[in-house]
Amino acid sequence: MSNESAQVFDVIVIGAGHNGLVCATTLARAGQSVLVLEAADQVGGMAITRGFAEGFKVSAAAHLFNQMPLPLVRDLNLKQHGLQWAATDLPTIGLSPHEAPLRIGDRDALHVRCEADARALGPFDARMNRFGKLMHALLASAPPRLGTAIWEDKWALAKMALKLRLLGRQEMRELLRIIGMNAYDLLEDEFKNPLLKGTLGFDAIVGSNFGPRAPGTVLTYLYRRAAEVSAQSSTFVQPIGGLGAVTQALARAAEAAGARIRTQAPVARILVENDQASGVFLESGETVLAKAVISNVDAKTTFLNLLGTEHLDTGFVRRIDHFRSRGMTAKLHLALSKRPHFTGVKAEWLGGRLILSPSLNDLERAFNPTKYQSVSATPALEITVPTIHDSSLAPAGQHVLSSVVQYVPYTVAGGWATQRAAVTAQLIDLLDQHAPGLRDSVIAAELLTPEDLEKEFRITGGHWHHGDLAFDQFYMVRPVPGATQYETPLPGLYLCGASSHPGGGVMGLAGRHAAHRVLRPNP
Amino acid sequence: MNTTTVPHYKKPLWDTPFAERARAFQQRDSFVPWAGYSTVDVFTTVEQEYFAIRNAATLFDLTPMVKYRIAGVDAERYLNRLVTRDIRKLKVGRVSYVVWCNDAGHLIDDGTVFRISEHDFRICTAERQLDWFMDSAIGFKVEIEEVTREIAALAVQGPTSCFVLKRLGLDGVDQLKPFEWRNLSAAGRPVMVSRTGFTGDLGYELWMRPEHALGLWDDLMEVGQSRGIRPIGSQALNMARIEAGFLLPNVDFISAEHTIRLDRDRSPLELGLEWLVEFNKPHFNGRRALLEESRVGPKRRLVGLDVAGNKAAHGALLYADEAGLKEIGHVTSAMWSPTCKRNIALAMINTPHGALGSTVWADVYLNRELMWERRMLRSEVVERPFFAHARRRATPPADR
Amino acid sequence: MSTTPSRQPDAIVIGAGHNGLVAACYLARAGVKVLVVERSDIVGGAAVSRKLYQDFTYSNCSYVCSLLRPEIMRTLELPRYGLQIIPYEGGCTMMRGGGHLALYDNHDALRREISRHSKRDAEAYDRYSRDVMRQCKFIKPLLMREPPDPTSFKPRDIQELLYLGQRLHGLGEERMYDTLRFWTMSAADFLDEYFESEIVKAHFAGTSIIGTALGPRSPGSAYVLLHHYMGDIDETVGAWGFARGGMGAITQALSQSLEASGGSIRVDSPVERILVKNGQAVGVALASGEEIQAKTVISNMDVKRTFLNTVDPEHLPADFLTAVKRFKIRGSSGKLNIALDGLPTFPAIPKDSPTIRGDLHITDTLEMMERAYDDWKEGRWSQAPYVDMLIPSQIDPTMTPDGKHYMSVFVQYCPYELADGPWTDEKRQAFGNTVIDAIANQSPDFKSLILHAEIRTPWDIEREVGLTEGNIFQGELTMDQLLFNRPVPGYAQYATPIKSLYMSGSSTHPGGGVMGAPGANAARRVLRDLGLGAKS
Repeated sequence: MSNESAQVFDVIVIGAGHNGLVCATTLARAGQSVLVLEAADQVGGMAITRGFAEGFKVSAAAHLFNQMPLPLVRDLNLKQHGLQWAATDLPTIGLSPHEAPLRIGDRDALHVRCEADARALGPFDARMNRFGKLMHALLASAPPRLGTAIWEDKWALAKMALKLRLLGRQEMRELLRIIGMNAYDLLEDEFKNPLLKGTLGFDAIVGSNFGPRAPGTVLTYLYRRAAEVSAQSSTFVQPIGGLGAVTQALARAAEAAGARIRTQAPVARILVENDQASGVFLESGETVLAKAVISNVDAKTTFLNLLGTEHLDTGFVRRIDHFRSRGMTAKLHLALSKRPHFTGVKAEWLGGRLILSPSLNDLERAFNPTKYQSVSATPALEITVPTIHDSSLAPAGQHVLSSVVQYVPYTVAGGWATQRAAVTAQLIDLLDQHAPGLRDSVIAAELLTPEDLEKEFRITGGHWHHGDLAFDQFYMVRPVPGATQYETPLPGLYLCGASSHPGGGVMGLAGRHAAHRVLRPNP
Repeated sequence: MNTTTVPHYKKPLWDTPFAERARAFQQRDSFVPWAGYSTVDVFTTVEQEYFAIRNAATLFDLTPMVKYRIAGVDAERYLNRLVTRDIRKLKVGRVSYVVWCNDAGHLIDDGTVFRISEHDFRICTAERQLDWFMDSAIGFKVEIEEVTREIAALAVQGPTSCFVLKRLGLDGVDQLKPFEWRNLSAAGRPVMVSRTGFTGDLGYELWMRPEHALGLWDDLMEVGQSRGIRPIGSQALNMARIEAGFLLPNVDFISAEHTIRLDRDRSPLELGLEWLVEFNKPHFNGRRALLEESRVGPKRRLVGLDVAGNKAAHGALLYADEAGLKEIGHVTSAMWSPTCKRNIALAMINTPHGALGSTVWADVYLNRELMWERRMLRSEVVERPFFAHARRRATPPADR
Repeated sequence: MSTTPSRQPDAIVIGAGHNGLVAACYLARAGVKVLVVERSDIVGGAAVSRKLYQDFTYSNCSYVCSLLRPEIMRTLELPRYGLQIIPYEGGCTMMRGGGHLALYDNHDALRREISRHSKRDAEAYDRYSRDVMRQCKFIKPLLMREPPDPTSFKPRDIQELLYLGQRLHGLGEERMYDTLRFWTMSAADFLDEYFESEIVKAHFAGTSIIGTALGPRSPGSAYVLLHHYMGDIDETVGAWGFARGGMGAITQALSQSLEASGGSIRVDSPVERILVKNGQAVGVALASGEEIQAKTVISNMDVKRTFLNTVDPEHLPADFLTAVKRFKIRGSSGKLNIALDGLPTFPAIPKDSPTIRGDLHITDTLEMMERAYDDWKEGRWSQAPYVDMLIPSQIDPTMTPDGKHYMSVFVQYCPYELADGPWTDEKRQAFGNTVIDAIANQSPDFKSLILHAEIRTPWDIEREVGLTEGNIFQGELTMDQLLFNRPVPGYAQYATPIKSLYMSGSSTHPGGGVMGAPGANAARRVLRDLGLGAKS
């Protein structure tokens, strides 16, 4: 390892999350000498598979894969590097205490439940896809900057305006109307069936800090559609070995391209020389030098902890300090002694994505208490039982249940130390109502609150997307002016994580765009 | 401190600890609000007060100057990131005139920093800065506390000021070099004395506990009587500061934290304060923007003007030509200088106009017995300061 | 106040609310023969003064004049017709358990007042007002302009879009970001960027929820906050104030201005139907059966009432109708008008403080405000409501007999539809009692001073004033219903799918409040179409 101390790398990437690895691969392929430094003992960031009980493994944060663009997956040769699917085309099933489960996309079933909705769903879907496609253009490239005199920026803005106009007058008007709306009103206008609306609404708010009545949730909904468009898939995929398998393959791709990856190498500080990032100082006391440093770490940690405010201006620090980065999403992992049986859920659905969000009002009610530092007794859930398709995750005949829990605040009254057990029990009770007998089959349970996510994944605030996706933290202004376009105020320091456009989700695009930015010669 | 209990919604302005004496001496009922305090604008006549600054000794109540204590292990690093000058060079016992900027390199305020000890500083500012100072403290181990009300301050300025202070019993005051401070004492009252001021003349500033304020004032007036000491108001001080070429916030520039309009911010380079900007130190607020600005050159510059005639060119628009076709700037401060016998002004002029020695035209409106007359006055761009007497720097200073 | 059928008007304005009257005034001044028809027995719409109890004058609906455009007052010579706006000083928020925060006009007094709660906030306030001012300066010119249609290729629209773009671009990156923050953030998040003290945040957040279906934590509420500041920025003293004689004084002055320039008004003349022939509006049919012909019809009613109740749907494109149906116009506010036997005392505020003459509030945390919103979402009136109360009789001597007082209490939130069934007299009284109890918590003698109270729920406001669902802004002020989206994308320029039928109410840009800008903008549009536009 001492050889690294002597070497000056072209690039150091801090953090081996999926974006960091995509970024490293792209740079290494372009001939750069790249060192990736990961604090944890395995690569992957929030896309890892790890044990949580004796013999049980789970995708610790992200648990489904549907957002990485297909061209990127192909370009990185992830299949060749060992990535295999345990299951594809996972269905999405809505659960409710008031009506039978509903498979989203099953027109016939919907027709039986509500004829008008069955008629409305097709055109609604088509329209959302059209808008998603337009938004996809935003994801597919680095954002321009507003208010500059640079002609590339103006050109990019003009192209955006043109694309918008090419939608046609009617559609453009509709997009401009709904883009600032809340998902609640949009879905209420379109549909009647509570479960359909609740389940669709879940996608608008998952990972966010907003209830469905919050304006801006149509933006987050469209954003998700855009990611699906770019992934060329509207369905979910489960990799063999969990989400960790994706980042393992990414790591192999990076190494194949010549990048070096070191785990258990937490960075203490980014080094600065002559107002230029010059390398990093590790917690071990080791110094590694590089011509450029790219941080896959969230913006707050990068600027406030790793770089230090003394290298930054107060106004910028003020904005970073206000970057809304408190998470509202938790993760529940259960080790089960037997296969769970959800009432009314067909056997072939169980391996899919079960959404417990019975109605938009229920979803809003799940959100309400979090405003006052407590957790609803009936939060919304995205449940998967990955062991249905992948037996490698649990001992034979036993199962893993992995659930996203929306909404769970970063701080609760009384503190998580005292509340954790109660909230976990409450969640198991809730699951047991829909899967009778589940409670008795629980061998072990793990609840990862935003506070836990902060600790385990070193993300200030424990937000899944590093920071809220909202108009003022989106696209051209993500994370904040002064750190857009993957650049930072400090020459030689770049961002490549979810704090940058296009934000969270296992997409890899921030890493890819950041690499392109680093490779572009400075003006 | 014996303040009356009239609530702030009935009496929004504070009295300074000197208020009782100020009221007793003033003859004009001419008060102005300054940073939340009621202060005297003119005691007797502006002329008498002005000439006392240049000829004798004066007392000016400086209490409203906003004061902060900055302390902690990171205090030096914090201030060095905050202001454009290199605070590492500031030794204990010395004072530094500083400015600080926002990210865009635009001026927020100016002030003086006193190094009290290794990790303890005092910064005096024209306007309240807690919001900016606190946000600037993110990531630094410092404590910031406003101490304005805990410290009474009095400026003693003028050619006989050192003599008066010696008479007061402040032993060693004559050893103070410009921009030095010492803790001294007079008749058992501890006084912090700094050789600083806003007049461009020999002068000192006295910092004391509020309960000592009146006693010190009385003693100073007594021992200074034979040397022509008198209290002065802000108008006379303003004349002295224009002659000395000092800037006044909200007159010569507006804080970049307060501007509403986009192009009203000013950078230190535009204000002729580039000598305060030290690029040769670690990062400070606005450094990158100022580096860029110094590369391309500022858009405008604050310059000194010598205007024809003897009527102050208050607020005059400036033109490149006598016909008034090309507007190039405006006057920010102006006065007839009784000492220099020149009609002087500070002006903001768009570059490349305003080079030293060049001529510009001031569009001046004169009120002559209620009739307004317009004059296009030839003005020459001249060196600042307009007034700089050698006695300002002599150590020890002469007695008169 | 009546016309003979023989004098057929050129234009009919439906509804004598302030915007309808403003539009009518501008038209009359341009030489158009205008008739305003009003369904109620008095003019004014939601800007009225009424005497419901003895010699007490109530501003029944709208209660402060913060937003009325000075250029409108000037052009229509409203001061000449008796309109006087009297400024009032900033009010205060009282705290549960004692204490208060007052917003004094005097900057030094205000700084000292805020610093009682937080020294830092006292100074951050300057940054806050600076940023609000910067935004108002940016938005103000947009108020009196027709919003462009971004989908149009007409030179006028492109020109307006470019104007907008240039204004935005001229802000530079940082201030453009600030604009984005203002237009999209929640008031709570926005205020968090400035203040640390809960009472300070609660006080400023108040204006972000007034009249909306949003809570202080809903994204978009920062814009509403800004909307209420719009009147604050004229650099004209008295932009926030009471109309002397109550809000009816505004519409009375407008009526007189209108009649002086040849327009006329008919009250007690509810419009049953807008007459349409060959896709063109040709007049109105009154409930009485009378038909009045005119080449131009301007509806000052909200967009739902206009197109869902007054126009035969067969004249309207289906997607336009859908859009109108989807227009969000949920009522969220109630109002109490109270006659008082004397000035109530509020122990939380000092006896000699002038703040009692300003707007008084009792919601001291954002949580309390947000919980009030949670109640509304569930179809209940807020159990601990946010109130904006004023006692204008302290300043305006015309409102009450000497020594007596009138209190206007605006209440947020109160739903149009209750979860447990329709509004009844008992429920209205219970709502009123909730509000009165909440105020009495801060004023022990309040209840004993009450001589008479008028209680109005959104349901009452709809019934009496004609505002759909009792929404005081004629439509919510959310991003999907602002600028070129207001009220309906493609019809944001005061014209409608029916030729010569126009809209002038608060459903159109720039929205609600007694501002008059929609009426003035609509009149400009009509005049342009009539070929009379050059004068404006």
